Amino acid sequence: MEFFVQILINGLNIGFLYGLAAMGFVMIFKSSSVLNFAHGELLAFGAFFFLTLVSAAKLPLPVAFMGALALCFALGFVVERIFLRPLIGEPLIYVIMLTVGLASIFKGLMLLVWGGNLYMFPPILPAKLSITFAGITIPPVYLLSTSIGILFLIFFGLFFKYSSQGIYMRSVADNQSAALSLGVHVRRVFALSWAIAALVAGMSGIVLGIINGVNVHDLSSIGLKVFPVVILGGLDSIGGAILGGVIIGLLESFTGGYLSASLKDVVPYMALIVILIIRPYGLFGLVEIERV
Amino acid sequence: MKSFHFRPCGNLKERYDEELRIFETDFGRAAAIIGGLLFFSAATLLCGSYIVYIFNIIAISSIGALGLNILVGFTGQISLGHGAFFGVGAYGAAVLATRFGIPFIFAVPAAGFIAAVAGMIFGIPSGRLKGLYLTIATLAGQFIIEYLLVHWESLTQGTMGIILPEPQLFGISVVDDRRFFFVVFVILIIMILMTSHLMRTRYGRAFIAIRDNDRAAEGMGIPVFRYKILSFGISSYYAGCAGALWAYYMTSITAEPFNVGLSVEYIAMVIIGGLGSIAGSVFGAAFIVVLSETLRWLTDTIMSLSIIQGMELTLAAIRELVFGLSIVLFIIFEPRGLAEVWRIVRSNFRLWPFSY
Repeated sequence: MEFFVQILINGLNIGFLYGLAAMGFVMIFKSSSVLNFAHGELLAFGAFFFLTLVSAAKLPLPVAFMGALALCFALGFVVERIFLRPLIGEPLIYVIMLTVGLASIFKGLMLLVWGGNLYMFPPILPAKLSITFAGITIPPVYLLSTSIGILFLIFFGLFFKYSSQGIYMRSVADNQSAALSLGVHVRRVFALSWAIAALVAGMSGIVLGIINGVNVHDLSSIGLKVFPVVILGGLDSIGGAILGGVIIGLLESFTGGYLSASLKDVVPYMALIVILIIRPYGLFGLVEIERV
Repeated sequence: MKSFHFRPCGNLKERYDEELRIFETDFGRAAAIIGGLLFFSAATLLCGSYIVYIFNIIAISSIGALGLNILVGFTGQISLGHGAFFGVGAYGAAVLATRFGIPFIFAVPAAGFIAAVAGMIFGIPSGRLKGLYLTIATLAGQFIIEYLLVHWESLTQGTMGIILPEPQLFGISVVDDRRFFFVVFVILIIMILMTSHLMRTRYGRAFIAIRDNDRAAEGMGIPVFRYKILSFGISSYYAGCAGALWAYYMTSITAEPFNVGLSVEYIAMVIIGGLGSIAGSVFGAAFIVVLSETLRWLTDTIMSLSIIQGMELTLAAIRELVFGLSIVLFIIFEPRGLAEVWRIVRSNFRLWPFSY
């Protein structure tokens, strides 16, 4: 029973992190229909910015956190402006391969600057914050990640619902030419959505880094784990991303706990194929996929 | 024999068989044959074994890239699982050769067929999915095959890998780089001819129709799903043959190289070479192989100069960086790839001095 609950908690936590990582991915897809293969690298950039600001620049934690997010925001903006803008309207394969190429560039840059080592953050939260319940200990970082996730979900829910930029973004996602004719600055919306998505990605990278340590390869492989999550949740649903993340996280940790540890990494992809064949638009996605 | 004629200054074809011709002019055919013979003799007589090794790797990659170009460039289905099918071919050849003692000449095509079956199985989602959903499905296929290659230990011996026997062809052993060169280039030429003929049959035309507009293709009576599966199968057959040759050339294999990175590398070859171009597949393969060998040589030279110590990791970093940069630059500045560059250069010569 204890084992079961421990696995459940682990799964929920991993799932929440996947969901957080997937949120940024969904934002990019929602507004500009770009499948971002460089998402894992954006996560890693966030974690490394935070790491550098904390341990090299010795900034206090909140300042470093905000600074890292600001850097990520700028990075997303620049990436959209330089690389994605020329490709608007090009065939899908070029857009996909461009993000794959970007992933390589980012990875190379990070390996050059920070190397392939595993870095650990200094312990950020005091251990006494951990909750012990019926013999099971929940470490404080888990609580931190969950609360940050919920906070961001609420924040972006409100942002998309009430702020003017959020409404512009939704309108572009809904119908690009109609939004354009109503005076929405579509290019600015693309730039902004990349910037916000990079910010969200950076934030989840920081949380992942606090939990598992910061390593280029580990963090960028999360970028590929995002695909089952977003397909399950629906490619254009932010709430679906979180729920999909939780389901995939639970699936992974239960497979790892009860079946075999090596199967753990491939189970999400098996689920992915099943979902794609049965219900390709996912749980909450817009049903617009064309049957061929 | 017809009278020799030069290439006309425009598309002046009047009959279908002119369109179907592989070499447009007799000079072109003569040049290709003479060039091929010169290349063969130069490579075997003048080049050192390292250069021949690079040629061999280029030829093997070209076969794989040709296959992927049939799928991506001609049929329009994006696949991120080509590296896994390459691996299936490599393991297929290894298992056939070690378990069943099947000779080289049969093991390579048989490995191709095994890969083709795997490709058709993982192509089934294309019946319902297209575009980015299909891309994600093939990515999942890549991970599943990778897992099987590592964990199906009774067949693949897991992380230990398999050591292949020495390849024998008509009683002659083909271990040495030069001998392998002949085998692999003859296969490459056969594959190139096969592809260019394929694109002149109804199957190839159907692939192109599906790429250009799948609904119109369906309306014209092409069974789209069947042809998509067929395209997956043919493309994986090429990958499997390439993988089998690679396995024989490397003499021992593990599952490690057949990862997503390899799939991405193949797509990069196809894009850098030129989508939907047979010559482009070879150009792209040559570009990527030469690029990575140059980078290795550069880092080796820098390391041996020992100006900068502690640079062990930078090879991987610089490789990633340059590789990504070349993909991105090609997509932004020349999305049709090296084949287009080659065409522009040629037509400049052809139309000179009245280039407009």
